Amino acid sequence: MAQYRLPKNSIIMPGKTYKADGATGRIVVFQVYRFDPDTGSNPRLDSYEVDLDACGPMVLDALIKIKDEIDPSLTFRRSCREGICGSCSMNIDGNNTLACIKPIAEIDHKITIYPLPHMSVVKDLVPDLSNFYAQYAYVQPWLKNKQPPPENQERRQSKEDQSKLDGPDECILCACCSTSCPSYWWNSDRYLGPAALLQAYRWIVDSRDDAVDERLDALEDPFKLYRCHTIMNCTKACPKGLNPAKAIADIKKMLVARRF
Amino acid sequence: MSSKAPADRPLSPFLMYRFPLTVILSITHRMTGVALVFGAVLLIYVLVALALGPGPFGIMRTLLGSLPGQIILVLWTFALSFHFCNGIRHLFWDLGYGFDVGVVGKTAVIVVIVSVLLTALMWGMFLAAAVS
Repeated sequence: MAQYRLPKNSIIMPGKTYKADGATGRIVVFQVYRFDPDTGSNPRLDSYEVDLDACGPMVLDALIKIKDEIDPSLTFRRSCREGICGSCSMNIDGNNTLACIKPIAEIDHKITIYPLPHMSVVKDLVPDLSNFYAQYAYVQPWLKNKQPPPENQERRQSKEDQSKLDGPDECILCACCSTSCPSYWWNSDRYLGPAALLQAYRWIVDSRDDAVDERLDALEDPFKLYRCHTIMNCTKACPKGLNPAKAIADIKKMLVARRF
Repeated sequence: MSSKAPADRPLSPFLMYRFPLTVILSITHRMTGVALVFGAVLLIYVLVALALGPGPFGIMRTLLGSLPGQIILVLWTFALSFHFCNGIRHLFWDLGYGFDVGVVGKTAVIVVIVSVLLTALMWGMFLAAAVS
């Protein structure tokens, strides 16, 4: 059943404010979700004033600046800082995206940063992605082909067949899409979510894979696939511009088509 | 370092999500679907009242003719128009069309406008029929 309220231990308390004393440039306030697993207290929202003239252009730059200069206890995942690793996914100004490719200048007011929505929080902006990865593993994201590959050669694919993978194979598993989906919020125990389904699609349409039926069988039940109600949040959230909603619709079509 | 057991971890907030029009339409589609079920019951009541003769028919007319009754009827016809229009949008999706980010926003706006127009058209016809 859909649940609309946060549990008692998750209600957000007001937090501390860190002023940018002596800053001379443009000041922007970053409100950041904080949760410290060692204290046992509820999460809180801390405010940090950041001098934009002494900060890089992206939200991640500001977070790194805060961690470096203001509050070293601030915890978040980050790695590549160019939108290819998928580590710094979080909810910025109400939308899921990657902090490293989200320009601060796109938001003209106080910037609020939460962890990915409706997830179990390990610390601050770090959610527990175990279930998300388990769902990815469930779609068996590897090539299945009973034929051995040609001698001393890779399995060939036409340009046309390869083009079907353009897009779906660019997914970086940042979880922005799945955690933006209301269906996923309330059914993530049984619904695989847009990210895993996009990857299921990526292997279903791969001309080198011969386990299409097996893969479709694994998705055909009332929850794993069909909890998608075309809400479209996934596609709107994807920082890589991919379209999980379309992939899911295509899988639904294939499930119908294979009956005839 | 001790870490909280997964069960004690807080759930991150989710209703602060900035919902685009597409989400609002999705919720409205569900709500209008539920409303139409109640509307169907209302329709049965109207038919039963019609069959029972002048007394019950008169009561039904008074009930639905009152201001709250009229408001319910307007909302019901809107629910019908909206669910119909958005249902067509869903049919296109089921065929695999209209998934581009730019397109879903536009079809959302179209659905809202057309369903309001359809409701207005229906009431225009009802009122015209009532006058003549």
